Amino acid sequence: MTATSRTVRVGSSHGLHARPAKLFAQKAKEAGIPVTIAKDSGKAVNAASILAVVALGIDFGDHVVLTADGENAEDVLDTLAEVLTTDHDEAA
Amino acid sequence: MSTLRGVGIGQGVASGPVVLMSEALPTPTQETSTAGPDAERTRVREAVSAVAADLQQRADSAGGAAAEVLEAQAMIAEDPTLMDEIDSRLDDGSTAEWAVHDAFAGFRATLEAVGGYLGERAADLEDIAQRVLAHLKGVAAPGVPDPGHPFVLVARDLAPADTALLKLDQVLALITSDGGPTSHTAILAREKGIVAVVGAAGATSLADGQTVIVDAASGTVNDSPSDAELTAVSERIAARAAEESGPVTPGALADGTAISLLANLGKPADAADAVARGAEGVGLFRTEFLFLSASQAPTIEQQRGTYIELLQQFEGKKVVVRMLDAGADKPLAFLNDAHEENPALGLRGLRALRASEDILREQLTALAEADAATSADLWVMAPMVTTVEETVYFTAMAREYGLKTAGVMVEVPASALLADRVLAHADFASIGTNDLTQYTMAADRLLGSVASFQDPWHPAVLRLVREVGDAGARTGKPVGICGEAAADPLLAVVLIGLGATSLSMASAALSDVRRSIAQHSLEDARRIAAAALDADDAAGARAAAQAASQN
Repeated sequence: MTATSRTVRVGSSHGLHARPAKLFAQKAKEAGIPVTIAKDSGKAVNAASILAVVALGIDFGDHVVLTADGENAEDVLDTLAEVLTTDHDEAA
Repeated sequence: MSTLRGVGIGQGVASGPVVLMSEALPTPTQETSTAGPDAERTRVREAVSAVAADLQQRADSAGGAAAEVLEAQAMIAEDPTLMDEIDSRLDDGSTAEWAVHDAFAGFRATLEAVGGYLGERAADLEDIAQRVLAHLKGVAAPGVPDPGHPFVLVARDLAPADTALLKLDQVLALITSDGGPTSHTAILAREKGIVAVVGAAGATSLADGQTVIVDAASGTVNDSPSDAELTAVSERIAARAAEESGPVTPGALADGTAISLLANLGKPADAADAVARGAEGVGLFRTEFLFLSASQAPTIEQQRGTYIELLQQFEGKKVVVRMLDAGADKPLAFLNDAHEENPALGLRGLRALRASEDILREQLTALAEADAATSADLWVMAPMVTTVEETVYFTAMAREYGLKTAGVMVEVPASALLADRVLAHADFASIGTNDLTQYTMAADRLLGSVASFQDPWHPAVLRLVREVGDAGARTGKPVGICGEAAADPLLAVVLIGLGATSLSMASAALSDVRRSIAQHSLEDARRIAAAALDADDAAGARAAAQAASQN
């Protein structure tokens, strides 16, 4: 099984700050397989690490690359892409 | 028994068991582990999962927005990237304490470099690090105690972050060993009507669980009260409660001279409580809350709605609204983004508004529209006015929008000394005693090391208040007080003696001040003020006024 990647545009109107980052890292952790996130062509970091995700300083409209490696990689990327494209600040 | 002395806030009294606020832990030093990486790793894993479990448990019981924050903190405690950083330090032979401290500090620096919202979250990391370190050492985590029963909190001083977490309904009284009458603790106590004695140096001798009597009226703490003394305290508490529930009369001196007693408000929702406590209007409505949570200024429509909500609760009564007061302790990115070496002396108050005149004009527009839609007596004032020219600038602009009563805040010695020239143009002056004290004494309000200079009782401050009071009398213009000083029952009498015609304060202080001023005639107040003016320092002024008020 090789790693699968996908590029997603971030939909949270204030970017990936604490609350959306927490939701995202939580889902990545629950996935049970290694998942990384990178901003554009930058360094990929552990998507289950809220600190690493927050430190990327991702803003609204930024493109990020998700990479998952494992059995259900496609499903995991579907779930995570949905978290990223949703505007979590809308509901707050 | 022994008695500790400090400065009492208000006139209340309370008794109860002491709970000590735990101190911040010393910073770990870089040491080589004698136990080896594996043993240290086990210690870290155990501490981290205990802290995460504790935070998660707090999240579950907190609910709402607080739960989200606590859950995020629990995740941070167990963060895999952080764990990698800690492990690499342990592999290099470091102790668990140093590895935790150093790895957290590294992430903190990263977040601060990102800046903005994330930079502010950096302090959360420090809090989590302290919790892990406390667990490693087997001591209580620093921070605000929550013993599950009413208690008397004893601390060195309280930071704003501490008081935000404090369950106030459980706090019977506050005692601090540091900090003066303008410290954050004192402001909180006044605002919430909590019995407090601040700056009681002997407080460090108090132990967890011992019963004390905290008497704010005399500024004392009795650390070994007898049963009879405790009974007397219960009676005093009951008597005060009975007085507070009695009918509320307008503020007046013993000779009938009317002194308006007004409330300081931060948002319209606080108005009902102020009215219930007998506020005759609003002497200071702070508009910062409209702006603080926003990354850009609120629209005219948003502002108008808030102002109408406020004014509707004071039909036929005076409401003084202060224009946005940004800068120094409350910076706003869209008003002044420049880094200043000395923000208290920088582009703040009216200076900042002038630099962004559209924000000032929008605020005046919204206020004029709200004024037209309601029947309260709306007054507007500009914060931190320094010169006569600034006075003319603001009052002319306010009148341009049809606002009929426009005044200035006197917070800088320059405008106090020129009060007669300022009042030639302004309809009124309102003295902000906190900033006036800071600028007169050249002592930063937020700096604990110079807190002893921060006392509005200082005769230098009182002499400046007299300048403004005299100018008000000569020009026939009202002079109000809207700083913390007005909430001090005896200082309130002194301020009236110096020429103040209205006093505005936290609603919780209204009843004590109302009772205090009713005991003195205007002639008494002038005599008590004269005694305070002749003192060498703040303590001397307080003592002289106390002596004069008992004659």
